[in-house]
Amino acid sequence: MSEQRTILDPTNEKVPTQRRRAPALTTLSGQTIGLLDISKPRGNIFLDRLQEQLEAEGAQVRRYSKPTFAKPAPVDLRHEIAVQCEAVVEALAD
Amino acid sequence: MISVPELPRGLVAFVKKDCPTCLVIEPVLQRLAREGGVTIYCQDDPEFPAGLPVEADLQLDTSYREQIEIVPTLLRVGEGGVEQRLEGWHAGEWRELTGIKDLGEGLPDWRPGCGSLSVDPNREPELRARHGASGLQARRIEFAEAEDEFEAMMSRGISDGLPVVPPTESRVLAMLAGTSRNPQEVVAQVPPDLAPCTVEKVAINAVMAGCLPEYLPVVLAAVEAVCTDAFNMHGVLATTMPVGPVFVVNGEIARRIGMNAGKNVFGQGNRANLTIGRAVQLVVRNVGGGRPGEIDRATFGQPGKLSFCFAELEEDSPFGTLAESFGVPAGRDAVTAFCGEAPRSIVDQLARDPDSLVASYAACIRAMHHPKLVMGFDAMLAIGPEHGRVFREAGWDRARLLGALEQALVVPGVELMRGAGGMAEGFPIPAEKAAGMALPKLRPGGLHLVYCGGGAGLFAAVIGGWLSGPAGSVPVVKEICP
Repeated sequence: MSEQRTILDPTNEKVPTQRRRAPALTTLSGQTIGLLDISKPRGNIFLDRLQEQLEAEGAQVRRYSKPTFAKPAPVDLRHEIAVQCEAVVEALAD
Repeated sequence: MISVPELPRGLVAFVKKDCPTCLVIEPVLQRLAREGGVTIYCQDDPEFPAGLPVEADLQLDTSYREQIEIVPTLLRVGEGGVEQRLEGWHAGEWRELTGIKDLGEGLPDWRPGCGSLSVDPNREPELRARHGASGLQARRIEFAEAEDEFEAMMSRGISDGLPVVPPTESRVLAMLAGTSRNPQEVVAQVPPDLAPCTVEKVAINAVMAGCLPEYLPVVLAAVEAVCTDAFNMHGVLATTMPVGPVFVVNGEIARRIGMNAGKNVFGQGNRANLTIGRAVQLVVRNVGGGRPGEIDRATFGQPGKLSFCFAELEEDSPFGTLAESFGVPAGRDAVTAFCGEAPRSIVDQLARDPDSLVASYAACIRAMHHPKLVMGFDAMLAIGPEHGRVFREAGWDRARLLGALEQALVVPGVELMRGAGGMAEGFPIPAEKAAGMALPKLRPGGLHLVYCGGGAGLFAAVIGGWLSGPAGSVPVVKEICP
């Protein structure tokens, strides 16, 4: 192995865990759907309309919001959504 | 890892011709060869000492394996290996070890030796690598003989789009000599993947960027700065806005490593400026996984995302340094990370008093991102020496200039309301309230002054920021440790 032909790996060498996606919902009726407002302007307008339509389909809606759109959602918020909802819609706006 | 033949039994000497003491004892070596036998390893010339059979150790593998630090070194080697070791020339000791009572008669009694080539800082990293003694933990990536190493690194996705220096073991070891920190110490969790990043990984990326070892402490501090929650590298990557980390280096280290604070300070041509910022960006890309088009969603980006790093003209500054303005004691080495876009020139060649310059600066800063958007973004104002002279001669310091700019950057509500000036963009201010209100362009403490640039040109520059404050990114300063 020639020293000049061998380099050191500059990456984090992580091997991401492969996880199966949750199965898609077959019905909205009776499901709990989370709506995550990322706190961009007018995201709430979009989500209000979405909530109306989801509730008309028989879904129960829970609303969440990120403290700031500029940072990832806090881990506690992500956990809360994961244990309370069957699905989540993350809304961008501007 | 290579294998090196064992030393023969008996007397063994390590010498180099480029050592005055070795030259002095040449007759001693010739006599030992005649009378008792000695195996001589020469590090730099297979013909030295003259007229004797010599083991040429030009690759230094035997010297390295035997941990030779000084030449001449005389060893007595027995069944179990080296039994005795003398360094330099000491007539009495050499006589005792060889049993030749008049060895070196007529020569000086004592002469110190010289450094062995195997401990030369330019040679030692390569030897450590060849002997499998680097201690480096990173996975090895081997290229095929037919592969061009530069193309191979490009195709593996570990470059920022420009060629990178192959991070061989010996280059990374040489880079690590630039810091006293342990290679396996974790420097930071690098966003967006929040991957733990060791000093070694930073050194690998610093080699790729083209850094010299003496830059590494700056790179390490800069990596620490961007990997804080306050700087918010994840958000800086993910935003569609054209921003990236801008690094300002303060303290003696900037001059020592040859950073540019003067002519063309934001431009090309200075190795330290261009490679320090690049190294940090390569760490974010390779260790953190922050790649353009993936987590990095910038609409336009800006060329400074390759590297945007500079120093200040500290000696002449009327304003003190940026690091001092963040509370770092004067004279300490520090790097400040600011989230910024590309610099925009401010030309004012007629102002000869501070108030006039302040008015010009305010007019230009107000246009940052949009003249009707306020309080959302910080700004960095770079003042060049010719403008700086105006403030110095008028006795203005940082606080006075910032205070004057704060006042000059208050914008009437009627100019900010949506629709004003025929522009839909603006603040949602009801028309009836607009007349009685005014808003500052920048949040309190949101303007950061730096003093740099060439000596000719009545110019300043503004570097627009990104979403300011704790919800976005705030400048982070880190002291630079050796």
